[in-house]
Amino acid sequence: MWDIDALLLARIQFGFTISFHIVFPAITIGLASYLVVLEGQWLRTGREVFRDLYHFWSKIFAVNFGMGVVSGVVMAYQFGTNWSYFSDFAGGVTGPLLAYEVLTAFFLEAGFLGVMLFGWTRVGPGLHFLSTVMVAAGTLLSATWILASNSWMQTPAGYEIVDGRVVPTDWIAVILNPSFPYRLVHMGIAAFLATALIVGASGAWHLLRGRDTPAIRKMLSMAMWMLLFVAPLQAVVGDFHGLNTLDHQPAKLAAMEGHWENKPGEGVPLILFGWPDMEREETRFAVEVPRLGSLILTHSWDGQFPGLKEFPREDRPNSTIVFWSFRIMVGLGFLMIALGVWALWTRWRGELFHSRALLRFTLWMGPTGLVAMLAGWFTTEIGRQPWLVYNVMRTADGVSSHGAGQLTTTLALFVVVYFVVFGAGTVYLLRLIAHGPVTDEGTAPVPGGPGQPRTPARPLSAAPEAADDITATRSGG
Amino acid sequence: MGIDLPLVWAVIILFGVMMYVVMDGFDLGIGLLYPFFPHRTDRDVMMNTVAPVWDGNETWLVLGGAGLLAAFPLAYAVVLSAFYLPLILMLLGLIFRGVAFEFRFKADDAHRHLWDKAFIGGSLAATFFQGVTLGGYIQGIEVVDRAYAGGPFDWLAPFPLFVGAGLVVTYALLGSTWLIVKTQGALQARMIAIARPLTWILLAVIVAISVWTPLAREDIAQRWFTWPNLLWFAPVPLLVALTAWQLLQRLRRAPDVAPFVLTLFLVFLGYSGLGISLWPNIVPPGITIWEAAAPPQSMGFTLVGALLIIPLILMYTAWGYYVFRGKVDETQGYH
Repeated sequence: MWDIDALLLARIQFGFTISFHIVFPAITIGLASYLVVLEGQWLRTGREVFRDLYHFWSKIFAVNFGMGVVSGVVMAYQFGTNWSYFSDFAGGVTGPLLAYEVLTAFFLEAGFLGVMLFGWTRVGPGLHFLSTVMVAAGTLLSATWILASNSWMQTPAGYEIVDGRVVPTDWIAVILNPSFPYRLVHMGIAAFLATALIVGASGAWHLLRGRDTPAIRKMLSMAMWMLLFVAPLQAVVGDFHGLNTLDHQPAKLAAMEGHWENKPGEGVPLILFGWPDMEREETRFAVEVPRLGSLILTHSWDGQFPGLKEFPREDRPNSTIVFWSFRIMVGLGFLMIALGVWALWTRWRGELFHSRALLRFTLWMGPTGLVAMLAGWFTTEIGRQPWLVYNVMRTADGVSSHGAGQLTTTLALFVVVYFVVFGAGTVYLLRLIAHGPVTDEGTAPVPGGPGQPRTPARPLSAAPEAADDITATRSGG
Repeated sequence: MGIDLPLVWAVIILFGVMMYVVMDGFDLGIGLLYPFFPHRTDRDVMMNTVAPVWDGNETWLVLGGAGLLAAFPLAYAVVLSAFYLPLILMLLGLIFRGVAFEFRFKADDAHRHLWDKAFIGGSLAATFFQGVTLGGYIQGIEVVDRAYAGGPFDWLAPFPLFVGAGLVVTYALLGSTWLIVKTQGALQARMIAIARPLTWILLAVIVAISVWTPLAREDIAQRWFTWPNLLWFAPVPLLVALTAWQLLQRLRRAPDVAPFVLTLFLVFLGYSGLGISLWPNIVPPGITIWEAAAPPQSMGFTLVGALLIIPLILMYTAWGYYVFRGKVDETQGYH
């Protein structure tokens, strides 16, 4: 009995720490690339608006990055502290992938971050831009390696088992495992969308309060273009990812669909809503569209795919959670597409910056990118249960043999610390966003500039926010 | 291929961990010194001496973890589950400390002291529990069937706790000598005043650990006190004495970079003494680097990347330090 409790506690702890963590890298990925675009545009056009936006978003980036780093260090150690049997069993594959992530991505980000944040006046514009590009490259590389590792656990390939441990036989096959490309693109786009929604909501918030500056208009406009083009693309990528899941993780897909069994000679309906009941082995109160499930997943009118009843009970994921987390993700995705189209329509009518209804909707949509991304992660991670390495190692066999007492203590500590620390961080982020971009930051004398003593001042993070920021924002409006 | 992959990887991980101790040591030390410098301007300067580089310093810790998982998964699994509680407490300390870098500049005046305390407490917890883990590691880890077989509180013993306190002294000295390099005037003078007693305390700690370890572990005593090992290893304690003496001398007359370099050398000597004691075990007392090694396909694959990329990392890290060279002045950056 204690075993089950300890396993569940270990899973909750991992789920909790990684759910918090994943939010920060997603914003980091999106913002880093956004900063590259802003600085590149500034260097190309010389328009102040881009530099103002760069300074503004790099402050937010810095706070967010700090939270990502500290929550990420926890992850690097949790595989060993909480999942030691898994680490010993599969470390031959996951270890090198994680090591490459550190070598190619973490050091790159950390090494150039200092120059990017504090080196604006200490290196030339070319080197500074290079630093921004390197930080962005680091974020993307990091996602690539960690998703290679995660995808390998979902769809393992290129290995054999020798003496009870995983031995890689073909590294190309390990990295380019069947679900990796879909997962990488889907997650990358999710990060860009989540960031665009936050940037857009920040712009909308200021516009709703009458702070109508070129910088604020620019950020809303850029975010809406991003949504218009990328949100529909995400739907297409998601569809491909779904087909890939059908091929490689059919039980997960059946859980996502709430699909229990095939009726002979009849297409599978698409269940829009319902309550998958794992005891009764049926989806109750289902609202369904006949044959649409077959059409989407098999591209034929009466194609069939495995239902949950074809898998032994102990090999089925929790279909109630997976079914609903999947619908939250897809539903929010449709709202994002709608927002992109609506913004295009108002833009065309010349009302993008004035339509209060659109601005309010944009504001409310702000956090939905992160919510959709977490829902997507719940779908894919809970959907692969009870496997830690799909069809190779069960989650129950990978967990460290700590007692429930230890796990309860540390879980409680994590919950308290995370809510205090990241709660405060969120407050600071919102406060920074509320200050808005400063319009004359670039022209103010910066300590440590050319001809002045070279000192690692902290122009972007240090105190000057308070008074002059608000004045600048107001006077700009 | 005649390459002894576990040996090469042991060297890389030893190097990575040493880089961590050398680099994160001094910035953790700054947090440990904070209680002695209550004024805001001093604290701002102290933190700003490392703000652009601390993140890269801490990455060596992540490399240590990831490298261990890649090359010696068994050791990673056993060591990390053996020190479950101290490591989690260390990580929580690092969280508080890491966010304090950003948050204390974002907080209003009424709340800044909270993040100063988080910085102090976080640095202290991270350092102390790193030391506790190290002490527990030297003490030895009970392993049965490739898994940790000891209890959750085996680390709660006099020796690990003493090593924890010893590491606090070590990092504090690293921090104070780093700040002697990066500051000037009154702040620097007070750093010099702090560095001298710290040097004496550290010397006492080194002596205590050097006596305690062989007393507690017979195999380590064997390693050091048998002929001709005694001859080969004699330079280590002699160099420690010489370095400490030099350090005290240099602290007396207008010091600059020298005390920091000498402290680093002292740390390096302690570290090599540790290496001599434990070699070639990666999970003391029983599991060697060859027994814990990952499959050669894993070690080889990662080795290519490590050998190509680590030199690059060292280059751009050095460049980062070069960009932010020079003294940090309290009058700048806080208008």
